Amino acid sequence: MVKEYLTVREIVGPLIFMEGVEGAKYNELVELEFPDGSLGLGNVLEIEDDVVLLQSFESTSGLNIAETRVRFTGKSLELSVCRDILGRVFDGLGRPIDKGPRVIPEKKLDINGNPINPFARDYPTDFIQTGISAIDGLNPLVRGQKLPIFSGAGLPHNRIAAQIARQAGVLGETEEFAVVFATMGITFEEADFFIREFRTQAALERAVLFINLADDPAIERIATPRMALTAAEYLAYELDMQVLVLLIDMTYYCDALREISAARKEVPGRRGYPGYLYTDLASIYERAGRIKGVKGSITQIPVLSMPSDDKTHPIPDLTGYITEGQIILSRDLQRRGIYPPIDVLPSLSRLKEKGIGEGKTREDHSALSNQLFSAYARGKEARELSIILGEAALSEEDKLFVKFSDEFEDRFIKQGEYEERSIEETLSIGWDLLRILPRSELKRVKDEQISRYMEAGVSR
Amino acid sequence: MKEGRVVKVAGPLVVASRLPNPKMYDLVKVGKDNLMGEIIELRGDRASIQVYEETSGIGPGDVVVTTGEPLSVELGPGLLTSIYDGVQRPLDVIREKYGNFISRGVEEPGLSRERKWSFQALLKVGDEVEPGDILGNVDETKVVKHRIMVPAGVAGKISRINEGEFGIEESIAVVRTQDGEVPVSMMQRWPVRKGRPYNNKKPPIEPLVTGQRIVDTFFPIIRGGTACVPGPFGSGKTVLQHAIAKWANSEIVVFVGCGERGNEMTDVLQEFPELLDPYSGEPLMLRTILIANTSNMPVAAREASVYTGITLAEYYRDMGYNVALQADSTSRWAEALREISGRLEEMPGEEGYPAYLGTRLAAFYERAGRVVCLGKDRREGSICAIGSVSPPGGDLSEPVTQATLRVVKVFWALEDRLAFARHFPAISWLNSYSLYLDEAEEYWGETIDSDYAPLREEAMAVLQREAELQEIVRLIGIEALSDNERLIMETAKSLREDFLQQNAFDNADAFTSLKKQFLMLKLIMKFHSLAAKELEKGKPVEELIGLPVQEAIAKAKFIPENELARFDSLEEEVAAQLAPQTSEVT
Repeated sequence: MVKEYLTVREIVGPLIFMEGVEGAKYNELVELEFPDGSLGLGNVLEIEDDVVLLQSFESTSGLNIAETRVRFTGKSLELSVCRDILGRVFDGLGRPIDKGPRVIPEKKLDINGNPINPFARDYPTDFIQTGISAIDGLNPLVRGQKLPIFSGAGLPHNRIAAQIARQAGVLGETEEFAVVFATMGITFEEADFFIREFRTQAALERAVLFINLADDPAIERIATPRMALTAAEYLAYELDMQVLVLLIDMTYYCDALREISAARKEVPGRRGYPGYLYTDLASIYERAGRIKGVKGSITQIPVLSMPSDDKTHPIPDLTGYITEGQIILSRDLQRRGIYPPIDVLPSLSRLKEKGIGEGKTREDHSALSNQLFSAYARGKEARELSIILGEAALSEEDKLFVKFSDEFEDRFIKQGEYEERSIEETLSIGWDLLRILPRSELKRVKDEQISRYMEAGVSR
Repeated sequence: MKEGRVVKVAGPLVVASRLPNPKMYDLVKVGKDNLMGEIIELRGDRASIQVYEETSGIGPGDVVVTTGEPLSVELGPGLLTSIYDGVQRPLDVIREKYGNFISRGVEEPGLSRERKWSFQALLKVGDEVEPGDILGNVDETKVVKHRIMVPAGVAGKISRINEGEFGIEESIAVVRTQDGEVPVSMMQRWPVRKGRPYNNKKPPIEPLVTGQRIVDTFFPIIRGGTACVPGPFGSGKTVLQHAIAKWANSEIVVFVGCGERGNEMTDVLQEFPELLDPYSGEPLMLRTILIANTSNMPVAAREASVYTGITLAEYYRDMGYNVALQADSTSRWAEALREISGRLEEMPGEEGYPAYLGTRLAAFYERAGRVVCLGKDRREGSICAIGSVSPPGGDLSEPVTQATLRVVKVFWALEDRLAFARHFPAISWLNSYSLYLDEAEEYWGETIDSDYAPLREEAMAVLQREAELQEIVRLIGIEALSDNERLIMETAKSLREDFLQQNAFDNADAFTSLKKQFLMLKLIMKFHSLAAKELEKGKPVEELIGLPVQEAIAKAKFIPENELARFDSLEEEVAAQLAPQTSEVT
C-alpha cells in the first residue's frame, strides 16, 4: 500500500520537511516525484507525530513546495541481487548504467544489513598474497580483514588498489573470487581507469561495480558503500565466493555525511563531522569478515585521502580505530620515485600474527618482518641524524644501517606495477638485505633461522 | 492497559506518550518486534526511550509497553564461559537459534533454564542467615566455585535447604523471615545501574601480577585498583588488554568489548578456551565472561554494556573473588553517551560530550575497589577496573582521557612512536605513572627480594637519563658523550630491548613471573654496575660494549619459568667477561 502526499512544507538543501503524514516509519524509502515528472529517491530521517523529515538522494533542484509528490513505499532501501550482477556496472543507488539488460532479482536485500553475531565470526587466518612485498612481507592482508589505504592527493593509491585487485585474485585454485568495487565522489577519469583496468584484465566478469562520481548527488554516496557491501554479502555468504571489496574514496563519503548533519543542524563533533561518525563508519567497515561454517568471506580495502596528509584528521583517525591496521602512503617515497610508496613503519596489519607462519606462509615470516622493521626504523633514524650532523658523525654500525635502509627501499619496497612477487621471493629479498648488517645486531631472528635462510646461501 | 504510543523516532531515540506510570530507567518494549529500550527522560506524559536495537521501521502510533522494572541482569551459575551482548543476551544461544546475523527483537534469558547444577549446602536447617551469607557451593567450572549467597533483603532462619541437582529457578532453600517464608533459588536479578551492596570498602594492598614486565615492575596495578590505557590507534591497547586478561592472577575476568572490532572478540573467543591459565593450568575461558557489543551493534546497548559488565564483576566480588574488569574501549562508551545526548538535544559540554561525562565515568570507576563483602564471614573481594581510552588523533587533552585521568590511579601511556619501531608493549616509560608503587614495593620486599624496589629505581633513573642524553646525541653526536654516559646509553638500550620489550605472541615471553622479572632486571643492572666499576678503573667503554654476554642477556627473556637457576650462571658469566683478570686475582 503506497501513500502519496503533496504536503511538503520546507526544502533545505537535501532535506525535506513534510506535514500531515500518517504511518511513516523510520528509515522508510520514499519516492519523490518532481514537478517535471521525473522521479527520485529519499528516506525518512526523523518523524515526530505527523511531521516527517526526509533526505533526498538526488539533488533537490527543481523541487518545489506546492507540486512535489512524495510516496511512502513502506520498505527501506533495497538492492536486487542475483548471480548475474557479476560483470555489471551500477550507479550509486544500484541502478544499472552499463546499458545491459535489467537485473532479474533473485531476492531483494535491505542495504543496511544486520550485524554479524560476534560469536558467529571466524577469525581471519588465511593469508592473501597481493604480490606486493611491502604488504605481503611486512603488513600482510588476510581473508576477512579490513585494511584501508591512507593516501593523499597526488599519490598513486588508485594504481595500488588496482594492482591488489588484480593480483590478489589468485587465492586458491578451487575457490571462486569476486571483486566488488564502489566509488564515492571520485572523478570520471579515475573511475574510467578502474573500469578499463577491469576490462583489459578480463576481470570484469567477476566484478560488480557501483559508481558514484564527483558530480553525482553527494547524498547518494551515503547509500553507495552499503549497496556494495550488500552485494558482497550476497556473493560471499550465499554464493560462497571470496569477495574483495574496494571502497574509494571514504573521505567523500564522510563529507556527504557531514553535509546532511549540518543541514539538520546537529551538534557538530570534530571538524564539523557528526558525533556519530565512528558508529556510522563502523556500520560499513564491520561488514567485513568470515563466518564459521560458511565458505565465502569479505575482505575490505577502503581507500581514503587524508586532507593535507594529516593522519589525525577525524576520517583517517576514526577509520584506524575500526579497521584492522592501515597501509600508509608516503609523499617522501613518492618523490624519490619509489612505487609503491608504502611507508611501512606506521603501516600495520593487526591480523598478521595469525595469518602468517608455518603452514601459511613460512615459519620465519614473523621474526623476519620484525627484524626488518626494527632495522629499517634504526636506519631511518640514523639517516635523519646524518642529515643534521653529516655522515662523519655516524658510527660504523649506523652507517651500515643507513645503507640497509636505502637498499631496503630500493629493493624490497620498490617494485613494478605489474610485478607480482611470491611470498618466497619477498622473504628471500628480506634475508638478502639482512646480510648488510652485523650478525650480532640481528636480535629478532633466531640463530637457526639465520643459518637456514641467510647463511645457507639462499639463491638470489 | 500498560501501553503507550510512539510519537517520535530519531535514530536510537524514540519518544512515547501516554505510558502508564513510567519511571526513569524502566525497561520498555517498542513496536511489534518488541525492541528493548530504556526510559532516559520524562517530560509530562512523554517518555524518551533509548532503544537497544536498530529502529528502522518504527513509526508514530506503534505500541510501547513498559515492564515497570529497570534494566537488570541475571546472576547465577552459568555466567562464566558465556558471551553476552551489551544487555546480557547470550550470543551463542542466539546464533544457534536465529543464525549468523543478529536480527531485531530477539529475546533470550542470560542464564540457561534447562541446565542443572549440583548444589552442595554449607548451612543447615535452623541456621540464622543474613544477606550475603553463603548457603552453599556450585562447581560452576573446574576452577571456580560459585557461591550461592542469600539475596539482598532476606534475613532469618533457614527452614529448609536441599542438596542435589537443580535448575537455577528452583528453590534450594527456604528462609523464615519476619515477613514469612521466602524461597531462595540459585539465581538473583540485579539492576545494572545500581552498585551491589557490600559491608565496607578498604584500600587495596596486593598487586595484580599481570606477567607484563613494564606493568608489574615499573607501573604496577593492584587488586581493587583502577587503570587506564590511552593511546592512538595501532599502539596496542587491545593487545595489552588481552595480555592482562590472559595472564593476570585475577580469579575472574570480565572482558567488555565495547564498540570495538568484531574480529577482536572472535580472537578472544577462539583463543581463551585453548590457552591455559599459568596459575591453574586450566583453560582461561573457565574464569572468563565476555561481553561483546561491537561497533556495528546498536549504540544504546553499547552504553549499557559497561554497566552490565561491572554488575557481573560485582557479583563475583561479592563471593570473595578478585575480579578484573576490562573495558575496551571506554571512549566508545562515551561516544554512545554523546550520541544519545545529542538526540535528546541536551546542551553539549566539551567537544559535544554531555556535561555529565565526568560524573558518569567517575561513578563507573568508583564501583571498582577492595571491599569487605556482605555476610557474616566478612570475606574480602575486589574489582580491578582497567579501561582503554581511544583519544582522537592520540591527543590526550581530549575530554574522555582527561575525565578518566582524574579518577584512575594508574596511567599506561601508549605511544605510536614506540609501536612504529615495533617496541611492544608500547607503554612510554617516561610518561606513564602508577600511584600504587608503595603497595607494590612493600609486597615485593615481602615475597621476592628486598632489593627489588631499589633496583627498579636505579633502572628507572637510567632510562630517564637516557632520554636527556639522547637530546645531546641528536644535537652533537655520540662522540660528545663521556664513557660513563655511553655506558648509560648502552644499559638503557638493554633495558628497553631486553626487559621492557615483550612479545605477546611468543610462548616463553608472553608471561613473566615476578621472580623472573626481578632476576632479569638484576642481571641487566649487574652488568651496568660492574661495567661502571671497570670504567672507574680506566678501562675504555669500547671494551665493555659488544661482549658476547650481552647477547645472552638479550636472550634471557626466553629462559623458561622452571629453569630460573640459569640466571645464576648468567650472572657469573657477566662478572667473568667484564672483569676477567679480577677473577684470577681473587
